This record gives sequence, C-alpha cells and structure tokens, in this order.
Amino acid sequence: MRVALFLTCVNDTLFPDTGRAVVKLLTRLGVDVDFPMAQTCCGQAHYNTGYRHQAEPLARRFSEVFREYEAVVTPSGSCGAMVRDLYPRLGERARTEGRGDILATTVAPVVPKTYELTEFLVDVLGVTDVGAYYPHRVTYHPTCHGLRVLGLGDRPTRLLRAVGGLELVELPGAEECCGFGGTFAVKNPDVSAAMGTDKVRNAESTGAEVLCAADNSCLMHIGGTMSRLGVGMRPVHIAEILASTEKEPLVV
Amino acid sequence: MSGTFVGMPAFPEAAHRAVGDRTLRGNLRHATHTIRAKRAGAVAELSDWAALREAGRQIKDHALRHLERCLVQLEDAVTAAGGVVHWAADAEEANRIVTGLVKATGESEVVKVKSMATQEIGLNEALEAAGIRAYETDLAELIVQLGKDRPSHILVPAIHRNRGEIRDIFRSEMGAWGRPAPEGLTDEPAELAEASRLHLREKFLRAKVGISGANFMVAETGTLVVVESEGNGRMCLTLPETLISVVGIEKIVPTWQDLEVFLQTLPRSSTAERMNPYTSMWTGTTDGDGPDTFHLVLLDNGRTDTLADPVGRQALRCIRCSACLNVCPVYERAGGHAYGSVYPGPIGAVLTPQLRGVQSPIDASLPYASSLCGACYEVCPVAIDIPEVLVHLRERVVQGGPVTRDGAKVILKPAKGHAAERAAMRAARWVLGHPGALRTGQRLASRARRYRPRTLPGPGRAWTASRDLPALPTEPFRDWWQRTHGEDHRPAGTEGNAG
Ligand code: SF4
Repeated sequence: MRVALFLTCVNDTLFPDTGRAVVKLLTRLGVDVDFPMAQTCCGQAHYNTGYRHQAEPLARRFSEVFREYEAVVTPSGSCGAMVRDLYPRLGERARTEGRGDILATTVAPVVPKTYELTEFLVDVLGVTDVGAYYPHRVTYHPTCHGLRVLGLGDRPTRLLRAVGGLELVELPGAEECCGFGGTFAVKNPDVSAAMGTDKVRNAESTGAEVLCAADNSCLMHIGGTMSRLGVGMRPVHIAEILASTEKEPLVV
Repeated sequence: MSGTFVGMPAFPEAAHRAVGDRTLRGNLRHATHTIRAKRAGAVAELSDWAALREAGRQIKDHALRHLERCLVQLEDAVTAAGGVVHWAADAEEANRIVTGLVKATGESEVVKVKSMATQEIGLNEALEAAGIRAYETDLAELIVQLGKDRPSHILVPAIHRNRGEIRDIFRSEMGAWGRPAPEGLTDEPAELAEASRLHLREKFLRAKVGISGANFMVAETGTLVVVESEGNGRMCLTLPETLISVVGIEKIVPTWQDLEVFLQTLPRSSTAERMNPYTSMWTGTTDGDGPDTFHLVLLDNGRTDTLADPVGRQALRCIRCSACLNVCPVYERAGGHAYGSVYPGPIGAVLTPQLRGVQSPIDASLPYASSLCGACYEVCPVAIDIPEVLVHLRERVVQGGPVTRDGAKVILKPAKGHAAERAAMRAARWVLGHPGALRTGQRLASRARRYRPRTLPGPGRAWTASRDLPALPTEPFRDWWQRTHGEDHRPAGTEGNAG
C-alpha cells in the first residue's frame, strides 16, 4: 500500500520528530510511505480566523498534491478534521456563492481517503498492537477535533493499551478543551491560559510522567504551560510512543 | 435590572477581569460542572436522543422557512381566541407598545416572569422611564434585580452568585422593593426560598398587569407555552387581569404535536430534569379564568435580517436551553457578563452579533470568544453548528461582505484593527502556496534557533505571557526527508503546484 504522509506545516517546521516517528512506525508495519514535497498546509488557520477565501487555494493545492495516493495519513486530528469535515463545506459554499464546482470536485476525491494516524492504524491497517514498547506512566488527552469532529473514540487508547510496558492512567476532565484553539490562544490569552492551567493541573494529578495526544498544536500549548508552571511532565505525540520499540526506544 | 450592556469593553478585556475573580470562577465552575454531569445523565436515559435532536432541528427549520405563513396563522388563531396581536420591528417599537398598554390600564406596577426578549429590548428601563415599576418574579431574576446586577446565564441569571451573596442581597435590598427579608435570614436554600416566596406573594396578589415571554408559540392553535421550574411564572400568567407577552418571532412552531419533541429535549438539556415541574399553556382569554385581556407583542429586532443569512440563520433554532453555556470552557472561565449581552455563552457569541451587527468592539470580539472545541454543538438539542457560525461571523468581521439590515442588502466594511492580521494571513498564504519559500523560511528559523526568545513582540506577546515557546528543531522535516529519501519519488502526475 502506497500512502502519503501529510505532516502539516506546524509539524514540519516545529516537530519533525513526529514526522520521523510516523515514517518509522508505518514502515515497520509494511506501509510504503511517501512525503510529497509540494505539500504545505491544509488552510485551517486561515479558515478558522475568518479568511475562508485564503483557505480555498490551499485546499485545492492539498487535493492536487495528494490526489494520486491510495491514502493520506496525518498525525494531526485538527488538520484531519479540516480536510474531512471542512473541505466539502468549502466546496459547497463556493458553489452556492456562484463560483462553480471546481473546488468541490477538486477536493472530493481526497476527502474520504484522508485519515488521522490512529484511524489509519485501526481502521485501515486493522492493528491495535503495533509492537511498541514504552515503559512509562502515560495519560492521554483527546484533542477536541479528534474527539468531536473525527470521532476517534477509543482508537488512540486501544493503541496505547497495547504498548509494552506502558501504564495508561485516566486524565480527569479529559474531554475538556486545553484552550489552544489556534488564534484563540492569542486573541483571548487570559481564558486560554486559564484553560491550559486547569488541563495541566488535571494531568499533574494523575502522577503520569507523560501527557500524550494526537495533535502537536495542543501539545505545544499544554507543554508550554507545563514548562512555565514548572511541572515535571513531558508532552509527547502518540506517534512517537507508537514508534518506540525495545530495540529502538524513544529518547526524550 | 439597572445595568445595561451599552459601552461594554470587548470580550478579551471583560474576560480578563472575570478570570482574575476567584469567587466568580469558583461559583461558575461548581455550577456548570454539576449541571453538565446531570445533563449528560438525563440525555443518556433516552435511547432516541439523536432522533429527537434531528426532529427538533427539522421542526425549527421548517417553521423558519415558512415563518411568514406561520406567524399569520398564529395571529389569526390568537385573535379568534380573544387576544390582540401587535407587531414590533425593533426594541423601541416594542417598548412603546408595551408601555402604552400598561398605561392604558392605569397601573403603575407590573409583575414579570422571566423573559429574555424583554431583557433584550431593555423593557424594564423603558417602563421605569414611563413611571412604571416592573417586579421580576423568577427567583434568579429577582436576585439579579435586587442586586442591581445583570443576568449572566440564560436559565440561571444569578449563576455567578453564591448563597452567601444572595443572603446579603436579600437582607439589604428586599425592604426597598416590598416585604423585607425575615429577621436572621441565613444562607440555607430553604430559608432563601421562603424569603423570596413571602416577598413575591405580596406582589402577585396585588398586581393587575403581568408581563411574560414564551418558550413556544403554536401557530395552528395560537397557544403560548411557558416552561419553568418554580411556579412563579404560573402566578404571573394567571393572577393579573391583563397579560402582555413579548415573544421573539422565531419562537414559533407549526403544530401542537411539535411540542412533544421540545417538551422532552428542553428540560433534559437545561435543568437535566425528565420533565419540567410547570408547563403553562394559554390560548387567548377564557371567561372567568385567568386574565381577561391578553396582548401578544411579536418582536423582530434583527431576526428577519438574521434569517436572510444562509449560514447564520440556524442560530434562530435556539430554544434557550443553556446547555451550550454549561458545557462551554470559555463561558466557565469568563462568566456571562463578559459577553455584554442578555444572550451569553456560545449561543450569545453567534446570536448577538447577528441581531446587533458587528460594529461595536464587543460585538466584533464575540465571534472570537471560542476555542472552537465543538462541545456546544455536541450538546445542542437543535443541532446548531455554533463553531460553523462563529467562523462565518469572523469572516464578516475581518472581511466584511453582504448582510441584510432592516430588510435591505448592505455591504459591510471590514471591522477596524484587522489590517495587520489580514496582511499576515495573505503573506502566509503566499508562502504556503510556494513550498520553496516555506522551506527557506523554515531554514532561516532553524538557523536562528539559538535566539529562542522568552517573550515575543506584538500579538505573540499574549502567547508568551503564560506559556514557553517550544525549542526550534535543528532541521525541518522536509530537509531530513530529502537528505534520507532523495528529492522526489512521487507517483507521476502529482507535481501539482496550484495556488
Ligand atoms: S444554542 Fe442550542 S444548546 Fe445553546 S441554548 Fe440554544 S438550543 Fe440550547
């Protein structure tokens, strides 16, 4: 199976380790991974800030870059949600605004074959035990778009439970937003910080060493708050845990 | 209610104060978390919740699509049943009508059952200016009124107050409005309830005019419906000689049978009750029973304009259950007052800027008062996609565009203060349309990684005030990929470089 990795612009620039982990993990599972160099960004930041028209060419570019692949895998619940939930709506809006079918027909083929990483593992590859080993106490934060838009459900925690040596502890208030929300963190800094602090305090109460999620943007916000509050926990992307093995452990 | 919302600061500043108020945050956190958990339980009891939610959505959409026909049918039915229907295009007209109706009775005081529509138009202030005193009789509204405060929640307007604060307000204020609080009043809920009962009973028995809102209006029968927990509303609806109901036109449902859906979804969503304790329904007037004069004031006040917007109109489905407030993490921290509107929380953030426009700083800031976490959409019993409307209204703020105002299409200019953001978005879009440029930028950033700042300039400052920035990697992913996998081994035909 030939799949494309859609890493997202944030991961490409700030969290390349996550990308390397996805490549390592998928390759280990026998998947032929490609990284089309023409990829950039799904357009979510533009869309969510109110610049829908600026998001449209990015949606078109995304669709053209990934058109030929059997599947597109992304280690980001929110960018996955952008493609799956919002691309069709962008196409529909363009149509109702009298700008024709081009956007709708361009995005249509990539929408159903774009998967968030844990969805791809569980639903497409049909695995929950990916042969990982990570001997740490971990708590899992289900990020909002993964949880509510993509409906990831228990896929991530099923994958984590199958990891050798990993002790999964429940996060109180897990389903509450961490307060990142893209530009929300800048436009409403006080509320965002209050939400982040509560998330970190809840995570701290679990006694876990690691807070894991399937979205680095949220992890950046939570991790930045942990660092500022002096909480001795590490934010780690789920791909990095799943890529870690006894022979090649994740070094952090 | 003495405070008004005019001249409110924008949401972020108002929220800043609320976030720093420990008592307020404690009160809100406790109240919202309790009701949130209860609601989830009450909803989980029904196996057909998803179907009820979909039915509610469809009924409301149908009514809105045929609004004009439904309203005319309602008017005919109310008139036939002995009521009088008035149409009010805006707040001023509605206030003029109601004030005139009260004056015509010769009375100078009225009792009110909680009505958001009358708060929206500032009716109490208008009545006061005309020498008429309005007494709120819903317990929470009473607390707000006695405390010279503003409501901060749709269903529990005094949610921001704790028991101790309520006791203090009762003790110091009740005497000035009527029967004083009993001697030695404590903060026990039963004692507080008894104090309000005694205070209010005096008003109910004296009042000749009642003013109400309504949760629903049934077009086919001309019936109005009020759903409540305390029974104070029922007193207002039945004891006075004259009843004046002020209702937003979107509260209409086509048929009596439609109520079956909402009388299940509303109480479970709002108070987590299987059924609300009091459901009052009235159709016109009945000889020898209840008020002998009934007026219905149908309020537009921006609703038809909202209806003209294909994305935003879904906000008019709202049945004011307040589930979205209770589940919203932003509301929980910022409190209802920060929204500067009688409609706070997620629904307020989408309804208010549509009813009032996005010109003032507070209205322009409301579409951003959300992290788009989607919890509001998930709980909404009529499936209003609040995140979708929020983003739609952000577009209106930053880009302007066509809207309907007083029935006419106008083109809005972008709100002030977004020029730098717009330029940044355009620049980012250009970079993201050119992978080579993106790569150059990434490399420059990687090279400057030693200079990772602790405080960012400009809008970034807000980020670094409470969080540390991540360390920049030595090498962006695409450089690593190229180093280890070679330039390009895409399948043929994927060189697309659109945008
Ligand atoms: S928007 Fe939905 S959840 Fe919020 S108050 Fe209205 S009906 Fe209830």
